[in-house]
Amino acid sequence: MSQTLMNTKLDQFRSKLTPSKVKIDQTLLDQADAYLNGREFPTRRDEFWKYTRLTKISNLEVNVNASIIQSVPEEAIINPNAQKIVFENGVYRKDLSDDIHQVSGIEFKEKGNSNFKFQEDVFYALNYKYSTDAITIDIESKTILKDPIHLIMISTGQGSVSMPRIAINAAKFSESEFIVSTHDVNSQNCLSNVVIEADVHENAKLTINKIQNEKSSNFSVFNERVDQALNSCFTINTLTLNGSWIRNNVRINVKGQNAETHLMGAYVTNENQHLDNHTLIDHLAPNCQSNELYKGVLDGKSTGVFNGKVFVRKDAQKINAFQSNGNVLLSDDATINSKPELEIYADDVKCSHGSTTGQLDEDAVYYLRTRGLSEKSARHLLVAAFIGDVLEKIEDEHVVKYAENALSKRYGWSF
Amino acid sequence: MKTLINIKDLHASINGKEILKGLNLEVKPGEIHAVMGPNGAGKSTLASVLAGREEYEITEGTVDFDGKDLLELSTEDRAREGLFLAFQYPVEIPGVSNVNFLRTALNEIREYNGQEQISAKDFMALVREKSTLVELDSKLASRSVNEGFSGGEKKRNEIFQMAMLQPKLAILDETDSGLDIDALRIVANGVNKLKTPENGAIVITHYQRLLDYIVPDFVHVLYDGKIVKSGSKELALELEEKGYDWIKEELEKAH
Repeated sequence: MSQTLMNTKLDQFRSKLTPSKVKIDQTLLDQADAYLNGREFPTRRDEFWKYTRLTKISNLEVNVNASIIQSVPEEAIINPNAQKIVFENGVYRKDLSDDIHQVSGIEFKEKGNSNFKFQEDVFYALNYKYSTDAITIDIESKTILKDPIHLIMISTGQGSVSMPRIAINAAKFSESEFIVSTHDVNSQNCLSNVVIEADVHENAKLTINKIQNEKSSNFSVFNERVDQALNSCFTINTLTLNGSWIRNNVRINVKGQNAETHLMGAYVTNENQHLDNHTLIDHLAPNCQSNELYKGVLDGKSTGVFNGKVFVRKDAQKINAFQSNGNVLLSDDATINSKPELEIYADDVKCSHGSTTGQLDEDAVYYLRTRGLSEKSARHLLVAAFIGDVLEKIEDEHVVKYAENALSKRYGWSF
Repeated sequence: MKTLINIKDLHASINGKEILKGLNLEVKPGEIHAVMGPNGAGKSTLASVLAGREEYEITEGTVDFDGKDLLELSTEDRAREGLFLAFQYPVEIPGVSNVNFLRTALNEIREYNGQEQISAKDFMALVREKSTLVELDSKLASRSVNEGFSGGEKKRNEIFQMAMLQPKLAILDETDSGLDIDALRIVANGVNKLKTPENGAIVITHYQRLLDYIVPDFVHVLYDGKIVKSGSKELALELEEKGYDWIKEELEKAH
C-alpha cells in the first residue's frame, strides 16, 4: 500500500509538508487522509481544472522558514481603521496583530477551529491535514461592526507553504466587513492554500473584500465556502491586482429564503500571470436573489479563466440570478477562457448569464485622441473605466482607493 | 494675410478606393467655410482625413495647418495644435466622464504647448462657463461621454467640448444631421458665440438649413472628391432650390 502511495505526485508533494499541529476534529482528519491517500493532483482532464495546470505546485521546493517581518508593511494597510489580524506564511502573528479581544461583539479564538464540514477537494483536504494555523472569529448577534476586520496574509522566504484556515461566524442580525489581502516580502515560489468558511446566519450581513496583490512568483489557492441562512446578505468582492498564479474557488450555499448574494470580481493581469476564478452559487431555497459581475483586463501573455456556475435546485422557486463576465484583451497573446454555467431545476425563476470578450473600442480611442489625449492616456482611461464599473459598486472606499492606487502605480492609470 | 489651413491637391483613398481626388481649400482666420455636397462626394472623408483617421491613405497633396505640415502629425498632435472635429456620430464611452477626460485632454494640450496644468478650481469654472454657453445641462457634463444621450444632446456635447478646448479650426461634420429645429438653433448659437477673428470653421453639411443659423463666408460644393464650385452664401440657397443634380449637369456640359 505504502508503495503505491509514494508513486503519486500528490504523495511526493505531501511528503514535503509538515502535518498540522493545529487542533482539528479527528473525523475530519481521517476524511482528509482517506481522500488524499493514493490520489493524484487533478489534471486538465478534470473539468474543474481544465485550464489550470498544477504541475508547478507539485514540483515546488518546500521550505519551512522562520518568520522575518518586524512590522506590518506599509502596502498591507488598506483601511486604517481596520482591526488587523496578521499571518506570516500562514501562521498567526499575534505580536503584529491588533488586540481583537478588546473589540466588543467579537469573539476571537486562536489555535484551532471546529464545525468544519469535509469538502471533497484536494486543496481543502490538504488544508485540513497540513494547516499552518486556524482561527475562528464570531460576530455576536446584533453586533454592528463599525470598522472592518482585516486579515493580512504575507508570504516571506523561499518555498514557504501557508495553509491557514479561517472560520467566520456571523450571528443573527450582525453586520460586519472583512478585508482579506495577500502580500509578499522577499519571497519566491511560495504556496498559499487558504480556506475561509463563513456562516451567515438569519438576518446577518457579511461582506468580504478580498485583495490579491502579491508581486513575486508565488502560488495562491483561495477556497471560500459560505452558507447563507434566511434573510441574510452576503457579498464577496475579489480584486486581483497582481500575482503570478492564482486560483479562487468561491462556493456559496444559499440555504435560507429571502437571502441576497453579491459576487464581484475585478482582475488585471499582465506578463505571464495566470488567474483562475471559479465561483459556484447553489440556490437551495426559494425567493432569493444573486448578482454576479466579474470584469477583467488581460495584457501580455497572461491567461485568465472565469467559470461561474449557478445552481437553482428543484424547490428553489422565484429565484432571480444574474451573472455577467466581461473581458478586454489588450494583447494578441493574452487568453481568457470564460464559461458561465446555469443549471436550473425549478420552473419559476428569472436567471440570466452572459460573457463578453473583446478588445478596446478603437472608435473610442480615436475619439479621445481627437480631443488631444495621447493614445496611451486614451487606452488607460478606457481600461480604468471598464474595471471602474466593478470598483464603483464596492462600499468600502478605502478598498476602492487602495485598488485604484495599486493599479495606477502598476499601469499608470487614472480613475 | 496668413492662412489657418491650406489644403492643396489632396488625394485620399480607403481600401484602395480613391475618395478625395485633388481637393483644394483655404481657410483664413475669422472665416467660416461651408462644404456642401451630395452623399458619397467625400465630405466625411475630408473631415476624417484632416482629423487623422488612420484608415485613410493620403496618396497626394499637402495640408498646411498654421505653418505646420498637418499630415505629418498624429491625431492627438493635430488636436493639440488646435484642430477640432465635431463628429457626425459621436462615440458613446461608458464609464469615462466628460469632465474627467476633458481635464486630461486640456492638460495634455497645455503640456504640449508648454503651458501649466489647469487648476481644479479654474477647470470647474471653465466647465460651468462653457456648459452655459452651449446650454448643456451641467449634469450631462459630468456624465459618461455621450452614454444614453439623445441625438441633440450628443451634438451639444460636441460643441461643449469644442468650447472647452478652444480650437483654432473647428470642423463640424454634418452637425445638423438628426437635429430638430430647437437643437439646431442651440448648436448653431454655440458655434457663433465661439467665433473670434482668430479662429475659423469648416462646416460640412448636406442641407442648407444649418446655414440659416451659421452664416458662412464661403460655400463650396464638393462633388466626386473635388471642390467643383465655390461662392458666397447665396450658392447654398441656389443648391437648396435646384438640388445637386444641377451641379452634375453643369459639370457634364463642361466636359
